[in-house]
Order: sequence, then C-alpha cells, then structure tokens
Amino acid sequence: MATHAAHAEHAHAPQAFIWKYVFSKDHKVIGIQYYVTAMLMALVAGLLAMLIRVQLAWPEKDYTWLGKIFPMGYDVGGGFGVMRPEFYAMLFTMHGTIMVFFVLSTAPVSGFGNLLIPLQVGARDMAFPFLNGLSYWTFLPGCLVILASFFVESGAAAGGWTSYPPLSALKGAVPGSGTGQTMWIIGMVFFIASFTMGGLNFVTTILNLRTKGLSMFRLPLTMWAMFLVAILGLLAFPALVAACIMLVFDRHYGTSFFIPAQIALNNVPLLTQAGTPLHQGGSPLLWQHLFWFLGHPEVYILMLPALGFTSDILSTFSRRPIFGYKSMVLAMCGIGFLSFIVWGHHMFVSGMSPYLGMAFAVGTILIAVPSAVKVFNWLATLYRSRIRFTTPMLWAMGVISLFISGGLSGVWLAQAGPDIHLHDTMFVAAHFHLIMAGAALFGVFGATAYWFPKMFGRLMSEPLGKVHFWFTFITYYGTFFPMHYIGIAGHMRRIYDPYQYEFLKPLQPINELITMSALILGASQIIFFVNFFWSAFKGKKAGENPWEANGLEWTTQSPPPHGNWPGEIPEVHRWPYEYSNPDAPRDHVMQHEPAGAAAGH
Amino acid sequence: MTARTLEQSPVHHQGADVPPAGPGAGDGGSGGGGGILADPARLGLWLFLGTITMLFIGFTSAYIARRASAGWGGELTPPPLLWVNTLLLLASSVTVEGARRRLRRWQPGVAAWLGATGALGLLFVAGQVAVWRSLVARGVLLAASAHNSFFYLLTGLHVVHLLGALVWFLVVLAKARRLRYTPGQDGLGLFATFWHFLGGLWVYLFLLLFVF
Ligand code: HEM
Ligand SMILES: [Cu+2]
Repeated sequence: MATHAAHAEHAHAPQAFIWKYVFSKDHKVIGIQYYVTAMLMALVAGLLAMLIRVQLAWPEKDYTWLGKIFPMGYDVGGGFGVMRPEFYAMLFTMHGTIMVFFVLSTAPVSGFGNLLIPLQVGARDMAFPFLNGLSYWTFLPGCLVILASFFVESGAAAGGWTSYPPLSALKGAVPGSGTGQTMWIIGMVFFIASFTMGGLNFVTTILNLRTKGLSMFRLPLTMWAMFLVAILGLLAFPALVAACIMLVFDRHYGTSFFIPAQIALNNVPLLTQAGTPLHQGGSPLLWQHLFWFLGHPEVYILMLPALGFTSDILSTFSRRPIFGYKSMVLAMCGIGFLSFIVWGHHMFVSGMSPYLGMAFAVGTILIAVPSAVKVFNWLATLYRSRIRFTTPMLWAMGVISLFISGGLSGVWLAQAGPDIHLHDTMFVAAHFHLIMAGAALFGVFGATAYWFPKMFGRLMSEPLGKVHFWFTFITYYGTFFPMHYIGIAGHMRRIYDPYQYEFLKPLQPINELITMSALILGASQIIFFVNFFWSAFKGKKAGENPWEANGLEWTTQSPPPHGNWPGEIPEVHRWPYEYSNPDAPRDHVMQHEPAGAAAGH
Repeated sequence: MTARTLEQSPVHHQGADVPPAGPGAGDGGSGGGGGILADPARLGLWLFLGTITMLFIGFTSAYIARRASAGWGGELTPPPLLWVNTLLLLASSVTVEGARRRLRRWQPGVAAWLGATGALGLLFVAGQVAVWRSLVARGVLLAASAHNSFFYLLTGLHVVHLLGALVWFLVVLAKARRLRYTPGQDGLGLFATFWHFLGGLWVYLFLLLFVF
C-alpha cells in the first residue's frame, strides 16, 4: 500500500501554485523558503547593527532625522536628537537575537539542511514532509512576532540576546521588559518548535533514508554537520524552553524562580503589603545556567554547518580528497560533545566556585584540539593543490581564516583569569563576531554560491560574487579586528555612549574607523542581493554538475524535479571525495559511478 | 505514516511488501539496519521523547538547584486524590497494551480497549484539575513557595503533554474503528509508546516532587 501511494504521489506533484510554492511539502521549496526568510531577517538585523555602529562612533551628533524614522528611539527636542539609552539596548538585543536564531541558525541549518539532505543522501524527500512544511509555517510567525515587537508601545526586548533576569523577569525594569520581552519569549518558542520539528526530520532522514551503498562514513561532511546540529538542537533547546516557561511564571504569576528577595525596582524595594519581600530565594544564576546550556551548543549549531560546507567546497575546488575524513567526523563529534559541558565559561564573573570554573576552563580549552584538527586537515587538503579560485572557494577559505583568528582569541577567553578582565568588553564582541557570526555567515555565502544551481538551476555571477567577497572579507576584518584593541583597553559592550567615561574618550577615532568599515560592509551586501536575484532569473544555466563535483546532488537536474531524480535513485559506490585519483580516467569520480570507473577500465 | 512513502531507500526496497517492522513483526531488520532504524516513524518518535526528556531534565536541575535556597517551602504533601490519579494513569497503560495485543492477534475488541484507555486518560486529567482546585481552596498557592510553584508547573506541563496525546488518541481511535490498522502496522504501537512514556514521566515527577 505504501509503495502504491508513493508512486501516485510522486507522479502527481502538486500543481496549484499555493500547494507547490506556498504550503509545499517539497524539501527544496521549504529550504528556499527558509533561506529567503532568513536572509530578509538578516537585512533587518544588519540595519540594526548599522544604527549601533553609527551611535558608537558619533553619539554626540544630531539624529533628528533618525528620530523621525524611529520616534521611540530618539529624544528630539530643540532641533537636536539623541538616542535614548534604552533604544540602544533594544537595538543590540534584537540584532543579536535575530542574527543568532532567525538568520544563522536558520539559513544554514533549516535552509541548506532541507535543500541538501535528501539530495545528498539519495532520498526523494525528507522523512516527514508534512512536519517539514509545518516547521516553516511555525518559523514564520516567530519572525513576525519578533519584528512586530519593535512597534509595540514600550518597544522591543532590551535584556540582551541572553535575556538575563532581572531585566527580563521584572516587567517594569526597563521599557523593553514589558510587552517587548513577552514577544521575545513568544518568538523564541515558535522558533524552537520549528527547529525541533526540523531536527526530528534531519536525524531520521539521515539515519533512515540513505540510498543503497551510502554508509555513514560515505556521507559528505556537510551531512555529518547537519546530523550533529540536529542532535545538538534536540538536546539543547529544551533547556531554554524550560527556562522560558519559568520566566513566564515569574513575569506573570509572581513566582520566584529567578527573582531574588533583595531586589528593587526604580530604587523601591519590591515588598508585599505586609512588608516582607515580594520574591524569595530566586536565582538569576539559574537562568544563566539554563540559558548557556543551550547557548553554547547553539554557537556550534551556527558553526558546524559552515565547517561542513567548507570541507566540501574545499575538496571540490582544490581537486583533492578531503584530508583526514574520519578525523574530521570525529572532530565534529568531539566538538558537539564538548559543547555540552563547557557552558560555564560564559559565567566566570557571575560567581561560581573557582574549582568549577577551572573545570569549565579546561573543557573549553580542550575544544581547541578538535578545532585544530579541522584546521590542519583543511590546510593539508590545500597544500600543493591546484586551487580553482571560484567564489565558493573564496568564501570557504574565508571561513578558515575567520575560524583561526576567532579561535585564537577564544583560547584567551576560555581561561577564567583573562576573562575576568575581558568579559563584557568589545573583545568578546570581536571574538564571537569573527568565529561564530563571521564563519557562519561566510559559510552561508559560500554555500549559496556553490549550491545555487540546485536552488534555481543557474549559476551566480562570478565577477559580482568575487567583488562581494573581497569587500566583505576586508571590511569584516576592518570592523571586528580593531574591536579586540578597544576591548582590551576597557571599552565595555552594550553601552550606548562610551564617551561618558573619560578613559574611553581616546578610543573614539578607532570607533569611527570601525563604523566606517561597518558601513561599507553593510553596503557591500547590496551586491549580494543584486547578484542573488539577478542570477536566479538571468544567471548562466548551470547544467547538472557545473563544478565537476562528486556528490549525489550533482547527479540530477538543476534544479532537481519533484522527487529529486527523474528515474531511479542512484546507488552509491564510494565516498564523495574522489578527486585526482591517478588511476581514474577523469580527475574526479562521482559517488554513483561503479567500481570500474575508478580503476579506469 | 504516508509521510514515509516517497523514499525508496534500500531498507524499504527489500521490505517493500513486508510491513514496516513493528514489535510484532520483529523481522530483525535487513539492509541498512533493523529495529528502530528500519522505521522512520518510530525513530522520530523516540527522538521526540528524547527532547521531552531533556525538557524535564532541565526542570529537574532547576528544581534541585532551587531547592537549596530560601523560600522553598516544602511542606506540601501529596493529596490522596493524587494517588488515585496515578493508579488511573497506570491502568490506562495496561488497557492500551490490551488493545495492542488484540490487534496483533487480530481479535475483536480493539476499539473497546482503546476507549477504556481514553476514558482513563480523561479521568486522570479531570482528577488533576480536581487536585489543583482543592489545593487552591486550601490556600496552597502557586507563588507562595518555590515548591508549590514547581508542583503546579510540572503537573500542569504534564497535563499539557497528556492533552496532546489525547488528540493523537482520537486519530488512533478513528483509525482503529475504521479498521485502518492491520496487524503488522504499528500506528497504535507508536501511540502506546508515547502513552507509556507519559505514564512513566508522571511517576518520575511524583517521585521528584514528593519523595526525593
Ligand atoms: C553586519 C555586520 C555586523 C556588525 C557591524 C555588528 C555589530 C555589532 C556590535 C557593534 C555589537 C555590540 C553592541 C554592544 O554590545 O554595544 C554587536 C552585538 C552582537 N552581534 Fe553583531 N554585528 C554584525 C553582524 C552580526 C552577525 C552576523 C551576528 C550573528 C551571530 C551577530 C551577533 C551579535 C550578537 C549575538 C551580539 C550581542 C548582542 C548582545 O549583547 O546581546 N552580529 N554586533
Ligand atoms: Cu560558549
């Protein structure tokens, strides 16, 4: 019965526009929906970053014109406009939240994961297509709620992307702690629900629906990354759900999970009518533990896909088998495992036993080992290879660069001693923008250029892609590298006007430099959007396998039809990294070519 | 689950005319892997149970951490009705197994045993609501102590999960009544797994809240 239904469904792909492109159950459509939505969210979060940067460079300038666009954000009086501090807090909170969850957990994982998993494992669709469609339509309301929170009267959430109590727990703490924080929680719950549905699909599809001959150790590294990311998400996000539920109770039903007794709101202690403390014994630290139990795996949810893309792209364009495949897999598993036991490194200054701090520090530094394994493997893959400098390859090498420079500062921050000095300074902002934001972002750009044919059947423009890369690469470092210095000099993060402190005044020229770089960085992204839309409609037709790559996704049309392969699903005879095998007739042998092809018979 | 039907992995190719491996089928699996790996729906369910488990592990760690500080309370003892509810829920696990066994042997009475399961589940929910109401009437309020807060929070969350299971139950019941299940198919078995899980979760929460 099942097989009959299969053929029927396969033959009759939905025809009506709404079922084909809107409420689709086809993984490719869903992947593109996720991707496009995430990139639009990136636009919003990027604009917020521009506002942040402009403010940090020139807080004393007249912003009457911005006050007209954001009436709640600026105090305009007597012909002079200045940013309100609480608006700045909303800016970085929403910038961080949107970037981390709605852009860089979404575009690589839900976007490329959905697009690529069935294509790379040789399946006609994900294991649960309906759940897959549902997950996108759960994600979208989350986005809308998050965006809408800017327009409620008291403004968006302002407690940082980490939403620490008491700012997030007391509705009256700052303007954003009211409706804005509530909407933050609702948006996050939608996001987590959709991510969970996706995770169930990812793991099941990768474990269950691999085509004949495709053992786990023949999977492209991108698939390993998706597999691990899904597991991380399934295991880590529930902690944040638990925390959010308790937060809602604290906010609305007067419980004391996170709110301690000694707390004052606007300098008035919170007391009952009898004069006893309104709350008792709650612990803001409890939130921090639960949040970071998710938060640290979350940064690897952002990073692992980029590491997977990088490996695959690197191998294709250096025409070399990826060096140390099994050690790559092990390294990713190791990173995934360690990511669950190091969350305390975000809390060195929050108050914890020094012995515990030591344990967290050691665990964190241990992550450097698998990370270094990956870097050396990449370098060994590149070593003395004939590199084809295509756009995806440039992005992949950019990821490696950012992974190294961001990783080095991570080793500093991993130790409690230096971290006490550097915590909550711009040094941290520099670190995580390089390694997490940067590597993930570059990974997405690389993957976009690489797999664009499987999205739209066309290639992206190479000249535009390269211009976009070089502008982004240079200004990305220009923006975030100097932040290390001002951070060491004591420039704290999350501050709307650093120059209220005498000792930070000399740093203004560096901040101006950073902002100029950031503005160019922001503007360069226009190139990407132009390239994306132009190429989607007018780009060069790609053909099945434009990059001469080996994976299963390159054995079918671009874009693949409904059901992915017009005929039988190919069988797999080897791993996807068979490049420059001297015994083979061509310089690459695809995964589905039978044994004879490799031996050159 | 028709959800699975698009794919043609070797696992299913070889078993194309064998029904997916359910507990009764026990074909040991061929190709890519047997047992849970042969049945996407079952694997998906187990993964889902894993995330729910993590959710309650999160609450458990919060519970343990929070218990050490002020305002814990802790004088709350289980109301007698809670024991009755526990028995109801455990009994419903037995009845759902009864339904499964009859289906497996292709005997009549599947729907009746299922009906009993649903009724017991509903009674449990009603019983929990009654417990809350009596406690509130006695002045045991949510925000009065952290122990109270956890009690309402965890029992409430469990009931929410159970209500979700009851929605699924309606689907299962409808399919069983229209004889949509054949002995080899395991939609009922999946539901039973989830139902047992919720029973086990309840016992765990009971122990956590009142014994440990
Ligand atoms: C367009 C380029 C970007 C610029 C110019 C930029 C700029 C900034 C700046 C200056 C801050 C610090 C604000 C402060 O602490 O006062 C910040 C915070 C942050 N950014 Fe970015 N950012 C960019 C892209 C990204 C991306 C791609 C991510 C993705 C993960 C990201 C994630 C974050 C996070 C998580 C925070 C911390 C928010 C908080 O403190 O709660 N940023 N960004
Ligand atoms: Cu971390």
